[in-house]
Amino acid sequence: MDFLNAFIALSNFVIIPAVAYGSQLALGALGVTLIYGILRFSNFAHGDTMAFGAMVTVLVTWLFQSWGVSLGPLPTALLALPFGILGCMALVLTTDRIVYRFYRAQKAKPVIFVIVSLGVTFVLNGLVRFIIGPDDQRFLDGERFIISARTFREMTGLREGLAFKTTQGITILTAVIVVALLFWFLNRTRTGKSMRAYSDNEDLALLSGINPERVVMITWLIVAGLATIAGVLYGLDKSFKPFTYFQLLLPIFASAIVGGLGNPLGAIAGGFVIAFSEVTVTYAWKKVATYVLPESMAPDTLVQLLSTDYKLAVSFVILLIVLLVKPTGLFQGKAV
Amino acid sequence: MSSALKNTILFAVVFAMIPVIAQFQGWNAALFVLNMGLISAIMALGVNLQWGFAGLFNVGIMGFVALGGLAAVLVGMPVTPGAWTAGGYGIVASLFLGALTIGGAILVAGRMAKGWLRTLVVLGILIAGFMIYRGLFDPSVEAVEAIDPALTGYLGGLGLPVIIAWPVGGLLAAGAAWLIGKTALGLRSDYLAIATLGIAEIIIAILKNEDWLSRGVKNVVGVPRPVPYEIDLQNNAAFVDRAAGIGVDAVIASTIYVKLLYCGLFAFVLVLLLWLAQMALNSPWGRMMRAIRDNEVAAEAMGKDVTARHLQVFILGSAICGIAGAMLTTLDGQLTPGTYQPLRFTFLIWVMVIVGGSGNNLGAVLGGMVIYLMWDQGESIGLAVMEWITASMPDGSAVKAHLIESAAHMRLLTIGVLLLLVLRFSPRGLIPEK
Repeated sequence: MDFLNAFIALSNFVIIPAVAYGSQLALGALGVTLIYGILRFSNFAHGDTMAFGAMVTVLVTWLFQSWGVSLGPLPTALLALPFGILGCMALVLTTDRIVYRFYRAQKAKPVIFVIVSLGVTFVLNGLVRFIIGPDDQRFLDGERFIISARTFREMTGLREGLAFKTTQGITILTAVIVVALLFWFLNRTRTGKSMRAYSDNEDLALLSGINPERVVMITWLIVAGLATIAGVLYGLDKSFKPFTYFQLLLPIFASAIVGGLGNPLGAIAGGFVIAFSEVTVTYAWKKVATYVLPESMAPDTLVQLLSTDYKLAVSFVILLIVLLVKPTGLFQGKAV
Repeated sequence: MSSALKNTILFAVVFAMIPVIAQFQGWNAALFVLNMGLISAIMALGVNLQWGFAGLFNVGIMGFVALGGLAAVLVGMPVTPGAWTAGGYGIVASLFLGALTIGGAILVAGRMAKGWLRTLVVLGILIAGFMIYRGLFDPSVEAVEAIDPALTGYLGGLGLPVIIAWPVGGLLAAGAAWLIGKTALGLRSDYLAIATLGIAEIIIAILKNEDWLSRGVKNVVGVPRPVPYEIDLQNNAAFVDRAAGIGVDAVIASTIYVKLLYCGLFAFVLVLLLWLAQMALNSPWGRMMRAIRDNEVAAEAMGKDVTARHLQVFILGSAICGIAGAMLTTLDGQLTPGTYQPLRFTFLIWVMVIVGGSGNNLGAVLGGMVIYLMWDQGESIGLAVMEWITASMPDGSAVKAHLIESAAHMRLLTIGVLLLLVLRFSPRGLIPEK
């Protein structure tokens, strides 16, 4: 039995990737949940909004790279990120102006908004594929690892290596900063408070003189920022491919609903619940089990509960269970 | 102009497009478009039942269509020799055990008092059940997939006439719809959308990965047909003579003959379903469904069980999509899980319903035909437009190459814009609800 090596293997293959993935999901789910709280519909276009923001960032990154501008060990994409956010903000404000505002004025049913957002999804999807193509794009540069598996083995003398990718470090750090900023904004500033008031009770907020169009605009701006950051972090960590962002929609919605739609804290918790379930269920536990169990009991199979092709099924099953058992989610969301 | 006249004209225009296509691309292509249009119209009819009658938003049409396709394989394909004895029974037994485990866990969770003991027992049942399931499932799957993997490597079907697959496809889709509806209906309308989005992706993932069931991405080819093969017709002296009698080449005559037979079958199913849907729409049940759609609270106050009615209509609509899916796989003669794209099989159907006129069965049928025509012709038109735009650019320029290459993605954009425009400016569609 060798608990230390087992723990290192666990951290390397489960904990660190799941925390990074969970942060990305949490940022995505925050965007969905904010739209839900303020505009009161499930935004199916969120995945493709992420793709659009990430695409602008990728293009600006390439421009910087061609100029020879870089951040040294950090990926150049961080430098391009603000431009991506600006591009994405312009996009969401345009779609709100020419698409959603009309239905808001009509007080259309939420399901109409959902259909419309599906239309926007495909327009964005087509736009992204038209501009950058449907293939994988690489835009990561700089140091690949904070600690590579080999250095870690040499440092500690353990048999298992612990690799900590730069992108994972950046993801976790950025997520913490962004979430802290967001909560400070929602809880401490006047605008943030007006947003929460609007989300809690629209009529009361209107009576107290809150300008709804301004609240909506600020929500879209924040969502554009969150979506772009989530999209870029996911793209850096895995790779940028337009279609994967559409597929991220299911885990993102599952995260938001598990935590309680409309509740920002819930979105974060939901993101980590989904990410950890997904990674633990699809991870082959053989390595960890060989370290922990006595030699005679060592498994001869991979000890993988589900093949990685069924990642989506994990979020889906969790979603179904939550809908069956506690439709308001873990943190009392707004929706029933 | 009366609405009946307007509808007749609209349908006449659509059907007149078929000979026009035939003029340019030959009757073979024209009849193909017609057949696909008929299938699309059936899918649109199913979605219209859900959206137009009941206001339910189903984003997983693709999954139900794919289940129908699976039914065509499971019913129509011949049994793989030896597969059932090698592992087929093992797979079925293990799946049954898996279901039993989940059922047992739910039962125990319902019976025992809340507390850590219950959590422990439920977890224990689930883990033990899962281990037994995997222990039986994995070797069985391996045994089945080892049987001549280049040609079969799956269980095969029942070897029954493929027409039987059509209702079976409907039943499979209805089963999946029941699972989703039971969970997500009765909650907010968005939840149904998200749940259907999920089930569709998962059904496709299963079709792609469970080789013992559907050969996965190796595809099942040669699904038996309900109509004769062209080559048999060409070798049939009587058929060749008759073709010569009307002055048509036997090869062309055989392909057109086969397509016409398909066309007859599809038209029969479409007319039957359309008749049923019309009867339903005008029955007390149809009025109740529309009353629920228009005001759930009022309908509930009148003693209508809204959730149960929603579940009913959701299952019916999905079953129709399943039937259409089985028909589509029969027409293609193959099941290729990789071709199921949400754009083509979910989104396009939505556009058909909304453009045609949601809430009106004739509208859905018209929408199905029109939008499929546009979709089919759009590919060549899009390329032509892009070539016309880039004609002035120098050959070999990167921009020109990029534009022509990405013309294929313009379909996404155009269809999306079309949906947004119709929703905004003509939300009632071509043939509005009465």
